[in-house]
This record gives sequence, C-alpha cells and structure tokens, in this order.
Amino acid sequence: MDDILRMGGRDIENRLFIGTGKFSGYKVMKEALEASGADVVTVALRRVDSGSDTEDILKYIPEKCILVPNTSGARDAEEAVRIARLAKAAGCGNWVKIEIIRDNKYLLPDNLETVKATEILAKEDFIILPYMSPDLSMARRLVDAGAAAIMPLGSPIGSNRGIKTKELVEILINEIKLPIIVDAGLGVPSSACECMEMGCAAVLVNTAIAIAEDPVDMAKAFSAAVRAGRLAHLAGVPRSTSDGRPSSPLTGFLRDR
Amino acid sequence: MNVKINGRQETVDKDTTIAKLISDKGFTPEHIVVEYNLKIVPKDEWGKIYIGEDDRIEIVSFVGGG
Repeated sequence: MDDILRMGGRDIENRLFIGTGKFSGYKVMKEALEASGADVVTVALRRVDSGSDTEDILKYIPEKCILVPNTSGARDAEEAVRIARLAKAAGCGNWVKIEIIRDNKYLLPDNLETVKATEILAKEDFIILPYMSPDLSMARRLVDAGAAAIMPLGSPIGSNRGIKTKELVEILINEIKLPIIVDAGLGVPSSACECMEMGCAAVLVNTAIAIAEDPVDMAKAFSAAVRAGRLAHLAGVPRSTSDGRPSSPLTGFLRDR
Repeated sequence: MNVKINGRQETVDKDTTIAKLISDKGFTPEHIVVEYNLKIVPKDEWGKIYIGEDDRIEIVSFVGGG
C-alpha cells in the first residue's frame, strides 16, 4: 500500500512516532525502535554533568530515523527557541517538537507561547511540530505561523489515559489541512488505533512503550495498531447508529407468508 | 576566575579555552553542544575562545525524551 506521510520534505512510511524517554536502557530502546520500524523518533536536550559523560543516545537510534529534538523544560517561547537552536547546532537536522509547559501538575502546554516560538523558528527553517492543547483557533494560528504539523494531546503526558480529547481532535482533523498527530497520553495500542481510525496522520507514543514489561513487543503492538487504524480510516469507517441494522436479508424467513 | 557552568558557580584557571574546559571535564566533544554567553559556539572555535570572568557556559547533550 503506497500510503506515505510527507512532511518537511521527507517521506514517512511508519505513522507511529516514538519518544525515547523512560526506557530502562538504551539497548532495549534500540530494540524497541527497530522492532516497531519507527521512522520518526524524539529526543530531549539536557545539561551534562561533569564527570558523568553518559553514552551517546544517538548511537542507539536507527540511522533511517528522523530525529526530532523536543524543547521540554522550556517554560516560554524564548527558552524553547534557545533549546531548538542548540539542538540544531548538534547537527542532527532541523526538525523540532515545540513543547512549552508551565503547568507542573498536568503538564499541559502553553498554546500562546507555542505559537510565538513557532513564528520565530519557522523563519529559521525549522520543521516544526508543535505540541498543543487541542483548540481550533490556536491550531489555525500555528498553521499561519509555519508549523509542519499539529500535535494535540490525547491526555496528560505519561498518564496513559488515552484519547480524552477526542471530539476536539476530530474538529482539528476536519478543519486543519496539516497532519494532525496525537501526542501524549496514549496508554494502549487500541487508543493509538482509535486515533488513526479518526483520521490522524500519525501518533507519538513514549511512556506506554518505554515502561511496558516488554517494550519491544509493546512497540510492535503499537505499530500494528497504528497500521490497522490507518487502514480502517482509508477503507472508510462506517457511521454509527443508535438503532440496530440487520446484516442478513429481511426476506425468506421460515414462516407462513 | 569565576564563571557559571550549567547554572552552577565554578572557578576556572586563567587562559582556559572552551576546548580545554571540555577536555578537563572529560566530555566527549561529539556528544555535546556548547553555548557561551547565550551564543552557540561551533566546535572548531572552541580552541579560540578564552573564558573570561563572569562568563556563562552551557554544555548540553541529547537524552531520552518524548
């Protein structure tokens, strides 16, 4: 099936994007990434501590993957822009996931600051994937600002609660021309499948894979679920009704005519 | 000389370049990016920049993240 997601000048075959946080080690992370066949992988940028020069995570990310540094830790647009520039200077391309969070309880993003950061970074030729609370007006502003996709949250980061924002995300899918990629909160493959059935272009999953008892098999499960959901979407998901509709003919019953 | 490295107050010797600082701290240059007084410094310039009083240096690298 020729069903390619084209973004930022790249062809993306696998619509399961994977985050690299919280894995118990880089080796199992690498196995999970390989098993899933992921084409897009996110990383974060942090200060390094003296004397603890840890291993380079990039060595454990398959070469074919598009690397998307996030701006986690940023509390406003200025900090996000600074992190994005540092990530670009590391020489791993010009993709960035903007993530600006001031709320430490729910980890919900600051949409206004996200728009501001998108405006600045779009002028510097970044391919921008903004993480946002699903809101149509803000999504439109992100489109105008130069985003390459819109990444609404399903539920709070790491909460594994699934697609609680479904109806708002559906509005984005219907109204926004850019790829809609649900990011955060998808705890089980069926949630990822549901997003894809709805018409999302992709999903981003981290915690549910990383903290599974067997992250490699969980990565495979998510990948299969994303494929299934996508296929169903392309096949045309039938409308639901509140009353029953027989699936067998209503003629030829074994009774007197 | 008093400088701030990764947000922490530290002292470095006079005539210390960024390259020497990185090597003294035992970092692998390929893994890291250096920001010097809020400006990103390309690796080939690390040896040319001498750290001065009250300079602010950030040394960062990639880690896991979603």
